[in-house]
Amino acid sequence: MSLLSWILQNFWALLVLLFLALVALRIAWRIHRFGATRAEFVYILRRSPFYLVVLTFCFFAAAPFLIMFMHTFKTDGDLYRRPQPFVFRQDPTLEHLDALFNNTAYLEFIRNSVVVGIAVVIITLALSLPAAYALARLTGRWGERAGILMFLVYLVPPTLLFIPMFRIVVLLGLKDDPMSLIVVYPSFTVPFSMWLLSGFFKAVPPELEEAALVDGYNRVEAFLRVVLPLSLPGIISTIVFTFTLTLHEFIYGLVFIADTSQRTLSVGVPTELILGDVYFWQPLLAAALIIAIPVGLAYNLFLDSLVQGFTMGAVKG
Amino acid sequence: MARLSYPLDNRRLVGIMFLTPALLYILLLVGFPFLLAIAFGFSDVTVGNTDLNFVGLRNYFAVWENDIFRQVFETTIRFTLVSQIFILIFANILAIIFTQDFTGKWFARFIFILPWATPVSLAMIGWLWMLDTKYSPIDYLLLQTGFLGPNGILSNSRNLFWLATPDLSQISVIFVQVWRMTPLATVILMAGLSSIPTDILDQAEVDGSRFMRTLLQIKLPLILPIMVIALLFSMITMFGDMTVVYVLTRGGPVDYTRVLGLYSFQVGIEGGNLAQGAAISLFAFPLLLAMAIFMLRTASRAEVQ
Repeated sequence: MSLLSWILQNFWALLVLLFLALVALRIAWRIHRFGATRAEFVYILRRSPFYLVVLTFCFFAAAPFLIMFMHTFKTDGDLYRRPQPFVFRQDPTLEHLDALFNNTAYLEFIRNSVVVGIAVVIITLALSLPAAYALARLTGRWGERAGILMFLVYLVPPTLLFIPMFRIVVLLGLKDDPMSLIVVYPSFTVPFSMWLLSGFFKAVPPELEEAALVDGYNRVEAFLRVVLPLSLPGIISTIVFTFTLTLHEFIYGLVFIADTSQRTLSVGVPTELILGDVYFWQPLLAAALIIAIPVGLAYNLFLDSLVQGFTMGAVKG
Repeated sequence: MARLSYPLDNRRLVGIMFLTPALLYILLLVGFPFLLAIAFGFSDVTVGNTDLNFVGLRNYFAVWENDIFRQVFETTIRFTLVSQIFILIFANILAIIFTQDFTGKWFARFIFILPWATPVSLAMIGWLWMLDTKYSPIDYLLLQTGFLGPNGILSNSRNLFWLATPDLSQISVIFVQVWRMTPLATVILMAGLSSIPTDILDQAEVDGSRFMRTLLQIKLPLILPIMVIALLFSMITMFGDMTVVYVLTRGGPVDYTRVLGLYSFQVGIEGGNLAQGAAISLFAFPLLLAMAIFMLRTASRAEVQ
């Protein structure tokens, strides 16, 4: 705790120092590598406007998250009395994190979101893996039209559908049951992943399947034994993005489920951690940050793959 | 060799077999509720009374003649259009930045992707605090730099009341939308930039084309169709979004940030008038359809050239 306190109390100084240290290290490495000190500084001068732009954008993107991070550890007195948002005047505390995990339904929200997410991923893969393959390889004009139809369906926003969907969910007796979300979420995850997956499938050389067919496999076997294993990286990235799509969804979750213990993260946190006009700010901000960081890392890790799938998906097959 | 699985060799048959389940599921889950939404619009269904009695165009007329609806419709369109301008500018700059190699790219990309990766409703909690009436850190910075407070340049008050005044609340919502949607448009544009064949760029370099010239005369025209797709995506996402304003303002102050999705939620679910809620959200459909068709045509025409 004392190390964390020290880090938090010197947060901005440490951030700047860390940045400068990294820059210095990098320059030292380049000078060591290329040995041209003068040219190196000319290079830095020429590149600096570029980095200034990057830093500005990064600052705007990161600002709320930095604030979330600092405020997670602030005591009530520090937060509300003559506020100075960027420094700690009282010792940082872990009590709000403790409260978030032990006194709120946060863990239940996480559990619900994970259960819904995994179930939706399974349904989505079962439907979209074969469909995407059909779009990529097997069907002609008919398939192309189906593909465009899917694309258009993906563009129908939930705000257009949530009222009749709500009616249907009530009729089926699924209100307040995460099952309702598991049934409905594939309506946007399937078109999304079909379109991404068909991009990855197009990237597999057709000669490999032809060879498999010659070897006596049928189409389905060729798909299962040749195309699927080769597209595994793409399939994993599709799983990641499908899962996060369900994590993001708000409207259906808000409308279908009113029972606190059944709510998902995106709905539960902003509605249940606020009691009327009372905002529990530190737990709220912490709850948001704890989800944001891992999802951000996952996105960054799989971004190249997403870009590749998108590019191939857009190319006519 | 006679095989039992002979039908599985038929390309067309397997194609249909593979495609049908997904297509059926989607048509059932999107098509059916969509038709139901139209039916609701012509009925007097409420949460309490589930009978569908045909009432003709009464709901649509009632909605259209409602002053609040007019304002909501205008606000939605204004938010969507204004934010797209900024999103396009920033996304173009960022896509060019992130398709180059530079030190620290991985980390910079992580930071810049965060607004898009974070579930919207959770990211909005952060902005709710950033724009708080009393404790806003932005106000604090402005106060320290003399823009606020007694003799302040912007205002004599200690706060700007970001989400509580008509103009600022609209500006805030647009700003936050740009903040969260720029990464998506950027990623789509990055896909466009990375799909430009390298031999074209190599040829340009051989011909002595400078960075700016390559950018303006080769890259931008080539990714124009993808830019249209990016625009389509972010416009439609934004037009149908209610999460941002639900968390930030609930449509307030008065009606200044109420958008179509939120209004239909408030009338249909919170107010219990399913029929009118459905009618409200349906007013978005022709506009969405027109946008989609227009953009898809532009994109495919550009592709042909």
